[in-house]
Amino acid sequence: MTDGVIVECIDVNTHFGALHVLKNINLTVRAGETVGLVGESGSGKTTLGRAILGIGPVSSGRILFEGQDIAGIPPRDRKGNAAAIQAVFQDPYTSLNPSMTIEDILTEPIIARRQAGRAEASAKVRALLDQVALPSDAAFRYPREFSGGQRQRIAIARALALEPHLIVCDEPVSALDLSTQARVLDLFVEIQERTGVAYLFVSHDLAVVRHISHRVAVMRGGEIVEFGDCDQVTAKPQHSYTRRLLLAAPVADPVRQAERRAAFHALAVGER
Amino acid sequence: MMSAVQQKSSPSLSGRSGLLRSILTNPLGLIAATLLGAVVLIAIFAPLIAPFAPDDLQIFKVNAAPGDGYLLGGDGSGRDIFSRLVYGARNTLIGALITVSVSSVVGVTSGLFAGYFGGRREIVMSWISDGLMSLPSLIVLLAFYQSLGSSIEISMLVFGVMLAPGFYRLTRNLVNGVKHELYVDAARVSGLSDLRIIVGHILLVIRAPVIIQISVVAGISIVIQSGLQFLGLGDTSIPTWGGMLQDAFANMFVVPTAIFWPGLAISVTVASLVLLANAIRDRLQQGNRPVAVPNMPVLAVKPATVTEPVAEGVLLEVRDLVVGYPEKSGWTEVVKGVSLTLRRGEVLGLVGESGSGKTQTAFAMLGLLSTGGRILSGSIWFDSRDIANLPEEDMRKLRGRRIAYVPQEPMSNLDPAFRIGYQLTEPMVTVLGISKAEARERALTLLARVGMPNPLRTFNAYPHQISGGMAQRVLIARAISCNPDLLIADEPTTALDVTVQAEVLNLLRDLQAEMNMSVILVTHNFGVVADICHRVSVMKDGRVVETNDVTELFAAPRHDYTKMLLGAVLDDVTPRVYQPRSGKGVAA
Repeated sequence: MTDGVIVECIDVNTHFGALHVLKNINLTVRAGETVGLVGESGSGKTTLGRAILGIGPVSSGRILFEGQDIAGIPPRDRKGNAAAIQAVFQDPYTSLNPSMTIEDILTEPIIARRQAGRAEASAKVRALLDQVALPSDAAFRYPREFSGGQRQRIAIARALALEPHLIVCDEPVSALDLSTQARVLDLFVEIQERTGVAYLFVSHDLAVVRHISHRVAVMRGGEIVEFGDCDQVTAKPQHSYTRRLLLAAPVADPVRQAERRAAFHALAVGER
Repeated sequence: MMSAVQQKSSPSLSGRSGLLRSILTNPLGLIAATLLGAVVLIAIFAPLIAPFAPDDLQIFKVNAAPGDGYLLGGDGSGRDIFSRLVYGARNTLIGALITVSVSSVVGVTSGLFAGYFGGRREIVMSWISDGLMSLPSLIVLLAFYQSLGSSIEISMLVFGVMLAPGFYRLTRNLVNGVKHELYVDAARVSGLSDLRIIVGHILLVIRAPVIIQISVVAGISIVIQSGLQFLGLGDTSIPTWGGMLQDAFANMFVVPTAIFWPGLAISVTVASLVLLANAIRDRLQQGNRPVAVPNMPVLAVKPATVTEPVAEGVLLEVRDLVVGYPEKSGWTEVVKGVSLTLRRGEVLGLVGESGSGKTQTAFAMLGLLSTGGRILSGSIWFDSRDIANLPEEDMRKLRGRRIAYVPQEPMSNLDPAFRIGYQLTEPMVTVLGISKAEARERALTLLARVGMPNPLRTFNAYPHQISGGMAQRVLIARAISCNPDLLIADEPTTALDVTVQAEVLNLLRDLQAEMNMSVILVTHNFGVVADICHRVSVMKDGRVVETNDVTELFAAPRHDYTKMLLGAVLDDVTPRVYQPRSGKGVAA
């Protein structure tokens, strides 16, 4: 619990059959901090997020949340603040049940955790919608009546319902349009500054991670290859894989992109 | 844009009362529901409706003609046919209710658990289900009748168990389809127990097909039940439609009309149940069925307004292209007057957000609009020829040979059943008319050219044996195999990892320069645009708002929308500074 650390992964390993998908993961998240978790498909970043949420397996190691070990404990058996850990998933089209109204979706975590009765929970819906800048009449509509960006706002409102200290965000803006993406990221930052919630922000997009993170961990093949301050990892990476990742992402400027492309090529040639 | 609540007026499907309401607005559904409602009401209020008790005998009215108090005449024992019909409705529906309740409760419950938990539970339950399904139900029912006696309730209960596998299989398959949806994960994170997820989320989502099945099974059970009673296997002391049928059949040569009434009751009830199921199914399928085109407003075919020839060095010129899809209210335009110019050897980026019409514009050029889609006006000049609304046969000659296409999802564009080699050589043999050996030679060269480390191995592989990046290289190889003049790539790197994207973009750039191809690249990513495009057209709401040289576009965007989009690009942000907080009581 030094330095306000609320999540500490210690030597976390996960096996799927013969596959070793998480290898000795050590990671900390501090209160009110965003830790970006970046990597390509199959790097294990989503598996790590699910392990912390309690909906993915942990073979060995400990995950300490505010001091208590939550590794391998499913969400419904978690107690206290660990029970409030929430998630925002990638696809806003399948993360909301199409047959439920927004009010039912937002009150579900409150009622499930027995924090309040139905009437009391319903009273909170308006405040939750307000936090994500949606009109209060949204409560009686169904998810299909909203655009992708609006649905992601609803998913964020659901994550905020239990006033969590940590939200695991799994590619929450990847499915959104550019302008919507920027607005939803701003909303994440604004909510963090207001409530002090910490984010573990999983993404494949280094630019998105750089935008929102205080610290960044780079994953490859189930391992964290680099973990440090955001600026250091995303601008002056030490590990060759992080450099490769950085140079591979095209930058929206033809002149600089030509330079970056040449550097990517040089790196690829150098590695050969 | 954010405040726009979409499809406000669309018919409610997932709404709890919406399904019922939309079925009642369907004429077929309304008729079926009304008839069914009437039968149910008659069954419930039978003592109030029937003028006589079902067993009241009037000996002088045996096989009597209608009239004199007996509305539909008397049966073979002198009982009122109408009254027995009314009480028969009650007993017949109770029998159906038993079957439906038993089969749906047993089948749906076991299906939900087997589907949700999977593993050994599912295997054991599927064995039981398969075993039940392999038994001939009528013979089982006859056997039970022999050993358990004449109670039709017990027969219907047994029949319910026999029909449970239908519900089991349906439910299990539906659950398997939805159990990995993210809202189930979200519910688990919220702390819901498995039971509450099964009831509150999964059953809620899959309920409509289960309702259809209930309706169908109710119809089947009435038919089987009446059949058993007609054979004389029911309790003759209870009035049922099947029993009445048997009685009327015995007196058929005396009163031929008496057989008509129970027959009518059975037919109407069963038909209503089946029609109701159809109405629900129609309603469920309506969402993804295009509106029938014949009902659409007639197209006014506008002659191309500009017929002047395209400029020298221009391969493709799109003029005022309008693409529409039929809707109930008429044609909805998704591309509203787009004009583009593509020179030979040029890469043109078509950029925009979702719904901007960029993909529809590209598909119009390929002649591959989805069902119902049409080019309503405008022209597409390809190599001095208007290919807008070209007959499919002529378009097919252009596609592949002169216009090639690279899709967004490489894996779904390769047939998993065929080896990659076959999928590469087949179009070459068809389009170029070369021999198989020649095509194979060429395919191997192309695979080497697109950077396959071992071309022969890829040639002999099935699509599932290669990665997404490799699959996209294979599709690029296929696209360039016939030396096209124009390559249309729809978000070709969106589904790929960023390092793979960089490699695929490099490959595309090299091939374009090498073959002097013209390329239209549809994308939402300004980094990709900066990397590979010479010129850019920015699209918004079906229109091109700005076409500019790539350096100009990034240095000095003209249109406000372009400026807004470029402003949303996340490059070059200053990283956030962490403000330490205490670990406790952080949430407001």
